[in-house]
Amino acid sequence: MKKSIYVFIILLLIFDFALAQGISSSELVNNAKLYDGEAVTYKGEVIGDVMTRGDFAWVNLHDGVNAIGIWVPLTLTKEIVYTGSYKAKGDIIEVSGIFNRACSKHGGDLDLHAQTLRKTDSGKFVRERLNPSKVSQVLILLGVLFSVWILTLFLRK
Amino acid sequence: MILKPTIQDIKAIGYYLGKIILGLALTMAIPILIGLAAGEINPALDFLIGLEISLIFGLVLVKACYTEHELNWMQGMIVVSLSWIAAMFLGAIPMYLSGHWISYLDACFDSMSGFATTGLALVQNLDHISLAHNFWRHLIMFIGGQGIVIIALSFFVKGASGAFKLYVGEARDEKIMPNVMHTSRFIWLVSLVYLVLGTLALGIVGILDGMKPFSAFFHGACIFMAAFDTGGFAPQSQSILYYHSFIFEIVTIVIMILGAINFKLHYHIWMGNRKEIAKNLEATTLFITVMTTFIITAIGLTQIGTYPKVVMLFRKGFYQLISGHTGTGFQTIYAQQFVNEWNHLALVGVILAMGLGGAVCSTTGAIKMLRIGIIFKAFIEDIKRIILPERAIVIQKFHHIKEVFLEDKQVRSALLITLAYLILYGIGACVGMFYGHPFLNSLFESTSAAANVGLSCGITSPSMPAVLKVTYILQMWAGRLEFMSVFTLIGFLVAIVKGK
Repeated sequence: MKKSIYVFIILLLIFDFALAQGISSSELVNNAKLYDGEAVTYKGEVIGDVMTRGDFAWVNLHDGVNAIGIWVPLTLTKEIVYTGSYKAKGDIIEVSGIFNRACSKHGGDLDLHAQTLRKTDSGKFVRERLNPSKVSQVLILLGVLFSVWILTLFLRK
Repeated sequence: MILKPTIQDIKAIGYYLGKIILGLALTMAIPILIGLAAGEINPALDFLIGLEISLIFGLVLVKACYTEHELNWMQGMIVVSLSWIAAMFLGAIPMYLSGHWISYLDACFDSMSGFATTGLALVQNLDHISLAHNFWRHLIMFIGGQGIVIIALSFFVKGASGAFKLYVGEARDEKIMPNVMHTSRFIWLVSLVYLVLGTLALGIVGILDGMKPFSAFFHGACIFMAAFDTGGFAPQSQSILYYHSFIFEIVTIVIMILGAINFKLHYHIWMGNRKEIAKNLEATTLFITVMTTFIITAIGLTQIGTYPKVVMLFRKGFYQLISGHTGTGFQTIYAQQFVNEWNHLALVGVILAMGLGGAVCSTTGAIKMLRIGIIFKAFIEDIKRIILPERAIVIQKFHHIKEVFLEDKQVRSALLITLAYLILYGIGACVGMFYGHPFLNSLFESTSAAANVGLSCGITSPSMPAVLKVTYILQMWAGRLEFMSVFTLIGFLVAIVKGK
């Protein structure tokens, strides 16, 4: 009896440790029932808009596979400076909070209600460099197009 | 005896195909302008390359195949089916050059998915794509939804006879106005008016939901194009779930339903004939099938308690259902949730809804409501024949803009197209099962592709086998064109080989 209690406690600690270490979006989406209502830690890049809703905000965090909506107190979002887009790499954020498979407060959304938020990596603007091979392709094709156009003029005659 | 196509056939096909390609090339100027305005130089170059290649192809075809002959039915059908293939290949060029698609096949998949207003996507890292490319993904849905050929009809093709053949070939057999050119222009007018109103509505809701004004209106325009044209692409990888907004979902439901309604019905509503909605066979059939399939889905979801509250059932159950029924494909759940959290009954409800589709002469795909209504009326007629005395004369009528007597010809046509769609759904499901996917998942994804819906239960991904990608591309193409032009093209190719 004692043995099984120890095993149970060890398993519980492992599970708790795993949750605290951070879970991937795939793990959360594929095993949503298992993690429903549990405290989890999730890390990802802030993408798109930080959408303010009263004293809270929606932040979507992408971990490379999926993006998950995070319902976070507005005060915690002050740390967020960069959000991911074509022109920027978003801040990498780690949030801890309660995971919901179908949140009753938010119409059944699969979401995470954050209690803590920590920026682990700062984002940055991505400077776009002109791709020289694309420029040469444009010029070559322009030459071909011009030649075809001239040819069509001759053919018309 | 099969006759070999003549040079004149090939010239006429080439000439009109060239004109349509030129029209398509011009549409690439829009993302170029967006790219330049947003300071996205490389994406603008991607579209410039795409534009140049399209112009070269178009010019060569128009010049080499110059003809003054008008199209006959066979040529018109072939021009349409080839136009969609050409649009897929050319539209995929700037997409592939962006580096967001692993292969050119993947870019072609998304290009066909966009033009055919399906919404299944293989794009990578969508949340970091340029505005120009993101806009193009949605613009091709807008172009494809109205019909690629409609552009050419509106601006390039002279001669009402040839124009009508192209119009019919693109799965639109109803003229709203006596002249097909005016019909095309009316379709554009309706779409552009709704584009302005829809973008405004979604943009304002976006701002109220905390988005930045530019972002809100950009998303508004993209989402409108994808919703009204029942396409299903979205600017972010989470689809509509990204917005976490009930009001946003309600507005998109309204736009999706508007897109699923016959343009002819839009015309009559615009002209003040609002009673037509209640009497119209398509509108009533749509209402009945939406309710029936939702009841099936809701029973399934309630059985396992996936969404215990009414609001949750509406936002998750009804939203996916109406998105599937209108052929849009917006999702407010993750693809895997269909498989992991929905039971078979709920999935069957959505599959049925996807397979049925919206109205004819709308932007939706699938079997369509008029055909379902006609088949139902034919059943009623046959039952009456059995019940009533033999001498009784049974006449069945239905209301579609005007009172129409049900004829065997209409029933035969409706049943044939329905059968063709069912076979197409089945073929895709078999290919899915061949690659090891369960039956229901395979049928779900196949129906979604062939009915031009875009809901996914997770099969569609960049890692899926190339054969499955090609199968879905062919399904999207055949489903969008409603078979006739595709069959004509196959016949034409056979005639080239075997004809004398």
